[in-house]
Amino acid sequence: MTTKIRVATTSLAGCFGCHMSFLDIDERMLQLVEVVEFDRSPITDIEHCTNCDIGLIEGGVCNSENVHVLREFRKNCKILVAVGACAINGGLPAMRNFIPLEECLNEAYINGIGVENAQIPSDPELPLLLDKVRPIHEVVKIDYFLPGCPPSADVFWKFLTDLIEGREPSLSYELVHYD
Amino acid sequence: MTAFIQDLVEKNHYQHTHLLHILRAVQAHYHYIPKDAIEQIARLLAISRTQIMGVIEFYSFFHLSPRGHYEILISDSITDHLLGKHELAAYLEEKLNVKLGEVRADGLVSLDNTSCTGLCDQGPAGLVNGYALSRLDKAKVDQITDLINQQTPLEGWPQALFQVDDNLIRSDLLLSAPIPAGAALQSAFNRGLKETLNELDISGLRGRGGAGFKTATKWKFCSEELNDEHIVVCNADEGEPGTFKDRVLLNSYAHQVFEGMTLCAALIGAQQGFLYLRGEYLHLYDKLEAILAERRQAGLLGQNIVNADFNFDIEICLGAGAYICGEESALIESLEGKMGIPRNRPPYPVTHGYLGKPTVVNNVETFLAAASIAVNGGNWFANIGTDKSKGTKILSICGDCAQPGIYEYPFGTDIQTILDDCGASDVLGVQIGGPSGTFISNKEFSRLLAFEDLATGGSFIVFNQQRNILDVVNNFTHFFAHESCGFCTPCRVGTSLLKNQLDKIVDGHGSAGDVVALEELCQIVKKQSHCGLGQTAANPILTTLERYPELYQAQLKKISYEPGFDLDGALETARRLAKRDDAGAHLAQVEE
Amino acid sequence: MSKTITIDGQVIPFEEGQTIMEAATEAGVYIPHLCHHPEYTPHGSCKLCNVNVNGRTCSACTFPAMEGQQILNDAKDINEERKKITQMLFVEGNHFCPSCEKTGNCQLQAVAYHLNMLDDHFPLFYPHREMDASHAKVLIDHNRCIFCTLCVRASQQKDGKDVFAISGRGINKHLIINAESGLLKDSELEATDQAAHICPTGAILIKHTAYQVPIGERIYDHTQIDQVSLNSENLQHDN
Repeated sequence: MTTKIRVATTSLAGCFGCHMSFLDIDERMLQLVEVVEFDRSPITDIEHCTNCDIGLIEGGVCNSENVHVLREFRKNCKILVAVGACAINGGLPAMRNFIPLEECLNEAYINGIGVENAQIPSDPELPLLLDKVRPIHEVVKIDYFLPGCPPSADVFWKFLTDLIEGREPSLSYELVHYD
Repeated sequence: MTAFIQDLVEKNHYQHTHLLHILRAVQAHYHYIPKDAIEQIARLLAISRTQIMGVIEFYSFFHLSPRGHYEILISDSITDHLLGKHELAAYLEEKLNVKLGEVRADGLVSLDNTSCTGLCDQGPAGLVNGYALSRLDKAKVDQITDLINQQTPLEGWPQALFQVDDNLIRSDLLLSAPIPAGAALQSAFNRGLKETLNELDISGLRGRGGAGFKTATKWKFCSEELNDEHIVVCNADEGEPGTFKDRVLLNSYAHQVFEGMTLCAALIGAQQGFLYLRGEYLHLYDKLEAILAERRQAGLLGQNIVNADFNFDIEICLGAGAYICGEESALIESLEGKMGIPRNRPPYPVTHGYLGKPTVVNNVETFLAAASIAVNGGNWFANIGTDKSKGTKILSICGDCAQPGIYEYPFGTDIQTILDDCGASDVLGVQIGGPSGTFISNKEFSRLLAFEDLATGGSFIVFNQQRNILDVVNNFTHFFAHESCGFCTPCRVGTSLLKNQLDKIVDGHGSAGDVVALEELCQIVKKQSHCGLGQTAANPILTTLERYPELYQAQLKKISYEPGFDLDGALETARRLAKRDDAGAHLAQVEE
Repeated sequence: MSKTITIDGQVIPFEEGQTIMEAATEAGVYIPHLCHHPEYTPHGSCKLCNVNVNGRTCSACTFPAMEGQQILNDAKDINEERKKITQMLFVEGNHFCPSCEKTGNCQLQAVAYHLNMLDDHFPLFYPHREMDASHAKVLIDHNRCIFCTLCVRASQQKDGKDVFAISGRGINKHLIINAESGLLKDSELEATDQAAHICPTGAILIKHTAYQVPIGERIYDHTQIDQVSLNSENLQHDN
C-alpha cells in the first residue's frame, strides 16, 4: 500500500468560508480521502501538524498566534498554499489597516456602545494584534495561490488533483476569481 | 493678499505659461501657497484650480501648508553624505530645535531634505529660502541659528554663508579660450548660416546632457520644420546628483552660453529662447538677468542682432525642485506652466515642442561648445577626441578626491588619468554619469571617457575603499523613488518597490530569494518605463550587482524567507495597550 | 497596396496616422490595456500595452504604426511582465475585490484574470486613501484609483467640463476634484456624464445601482476581456 498524501489545513484571520467551500467538493471528498490523509485541520481536530505534503492556509495574519501557526505549517509542509483572498492580500480583515490599531481597540473595548468594565484585554493567554493585517506571503514563503472569496470547490478539486497526479497545477479562466 | 496676487499676475502678463514664476513668488512671500491664492490665480489666468493644485503638489519647492519663515533644506546627495551630511542634519535639528520634515512650533523655521543641490564640490550644502548655502559645518550652523532666532532678514546674512566657488581646475579647448561676446554671431553671419551649420556638422558635436544626439542634425531637423515660430531652450536643470558644471558655466561663461543659444536661433529661425534654470540655482538668477540686459544693450539680443536683421530674445525660467524636468519633454511641459511629465514620443520636440512649436532643447555645455565652434570652425573641435566622440567633455568631479571641481578633458581620456589629476587614491570605484549612469570598479580604470565607452552628462563621483557600496546604491535608489514623476506604472510603483526591496536587503532582512526578486524588479522597471528616469532608475543596483554580487549575497540570511517588515515592532501598539511584556507578547523576526 | 505591420506573425494593414493599438484592434488583435480608450486621446501611462517593436519596447496605444514593423505582443515573456505591472497596480492601491461592487465588471480585475494573475507577488502598500461620498449620485473610492486619467479625459473631451485631475508626484499621485471644497458634490459632475461611467475600476461608481446584476453573471465572469474589448471597441469604431 502506498502512503497517502498528507494534507493539513487551517484558518488564520479568515472566516472559515474557504473551508466551507472546500467541503463543497461534496461526494468527491470520498475520492480524495482514498489518496489523502488529513493531518492538522478543523475537520480532524489534530492540534499540530507533522510532516505534511500540502498545507492549505486560509486567512491573513492579524495576530501573533497566526504567525506561530503559519510558521508551524511552513516548517512541516512541503508545499504551502495561500487559499482565498484574505491569505493572498489580507482581504476584508485588512480593511482595518487604515484605522490605527489603538482606535480599533478603544472602539471595541473602551468606547463602544454597551461596553461594561471597559478595559483592553491583557490576559497573557490572548494573542496580541499586529498593527496591520498582512497577507501570508509577507511572513513566510508561499508556493501556490488559490484566489477567490472563497475559491470555488472546483478550484480546490482541480488544484489538489493536479498536485496529486503529478501535474503542475493550473487554473483555467473560469476558475480564477477574486470575488 | 488680493492686491499682491493681482499685481503679480499682471507682472506676468496673465500668461498661464508663467504659472511657476507666479507660484514661486507666492511661496516666497507666504512660505506656502494659500488656498485663496490658488482660487485667485485660477480666475486671473483662466485655468482650472486643479492645474494649479497639480503643479503645487508636483514640485518639491511648493507647499500647501506653511513652511518656516526660514525654510532650510539640506542636500541629500551621496556627495553631501560623504562630507558628513548626517551629523550636520542632526546638529541642525538640535540647534534649530526642529526635526527634519517639520516646522518649528513658532513657525519661524522649517527643516527638510532636498535632492542634490549641485554644490557637491563644496558641501555639505543646503538652501535657505531657495538660496544656496555651501560648506556647512557646526560653526556655520551656530551662526545660522543665531541669525534665524534674531530674525535677521536674509539680505543681512553674511555673504560668506552664500559663497559659491567655481573650483575650475582643468581647462582645455573650451574653457581655456572663451570667445569674446558677439564673436560667434559675427563669424556665423560672415561665413553664412548654412556654412556655419555645416561647420557644426563637421565638428561632430553631440549633446552634452548625456544622450549624445548629434547637435547639427537636431538643429537641421528643427530648421526644416515649417512653422512661423521656432524655439530655443537651454536645459540648465542640472539635477543629476554629482553634476555642477552647468552652475560654473553659467556663473563664469554665461555670455558664451547665451551666444550659443542665439547662434542656434539664427540657424533654426527662432525668435524666442528660454533658459530653464533649476530652482536650486536661484543664486545665479540676478547675475544672469544682468548679462541678458548687457547683451541687449550690446545688440546681441533683441531686435536686429549684429545688424543682421535677426531678432531673438531669451527669458529665464526657474524650476521648482523636480529632477524629471531635466528630461527634455518634461522640461517643455514645465516651461508651459505644467507638471513636469514627459510626453509621449513621437512627436519629438524638434517638430512639436514648446506650445507645439519646433523646439531645440540642448544642454548648457552644448551651447557653449557650439559658440566656440562657430568661431573656430568644425575641424578645430573634431581634431580632438575619439572617432565617435569629438572634442572635450566638462566633468564635475567630486567625492573622495583631494581636488573636487571642474575638469575639462578631451574625449578618449582614461579614467585613471582623471583620478590621478584630481588626487584620488585608494579608490574603490567611480560613479560615472550620476545615479542614472554606471558604477565602475577599480579594475576598470583603463576605460575611456567617451560616448562609446563611458558616457556621462558630467557627473563623476569618486568613492574610496572606506565607503560601503550598498549605502551609495541605497541613496541613489531612494533618490529615484523620490523623483519619479508617477506618470507610468512601472516607474511610479516600481521605484518604490525597488526602494523597499533594497532596504530589506541592506537592513539585513533579506533571505534566499530576495536578490533574485530585486533583479527581476530592476529589469521590469528598466524595460517597461516611459522615460529615461525609469529606464535608468535600476542602474545603481544593476551595475553594482553585476560587479559585486557577493556584497548583496553577504547581506542575505541563510533561510528560506524573512518578513520585510518588523514583526515584533508590529506588536508594539498592542503590547502598550495591553500593558504586557511577557514572552508571549513578542515575536522573533525569524523562526528560532 | 496598403501598408502593413506584423504582430506575432500576423500581417495587419494600417492607415497612415493610426497607432499600433488602433491597427491591431481593427484587425481583431487584442493588446491588453487599461488607460487606453478608443474615444479619447491616448495617454500611454499604464504600460500594459507595451509591445516589442523591432526589438524596442513601445506603448502600442501611443506609438504610430509604421510600414514593416515587426511586433511581438502575445508572447509569454511579455505577458509575464504585463502580469507584474498589473500586480504593481494591485499592491499600490487597496483592491479588495470581494467588497467592491464593481467586481466582475472591473477591467483591472479582468486584465488580471486574462493574464492568469493568482497573487499580488509584491508586498502590499496599504496606502491610506479616502472616499468621497458627498455627491448625491456618484461615489469616489480613491482606494481603487489607478491614475489612468480616463475620467479626466472624458470630462474634458466628452462632457465639456474639467471635473477631474491627477495631482502629486510619484507614488503620492492622487485624483483631485475641481471644486473649491475639493468635494465631488461641489463639482460640475452629473451622474449622466461620461466621466462618471468611464472608470475601468471601482473608483468612480454610480450610487444606487450596485448588485443589480448578481456576482457570477457579470461581464468578465465568463467572457475574457480580449473578446469584450475587441467587440465593444470595434462597435464604437463602426459607429
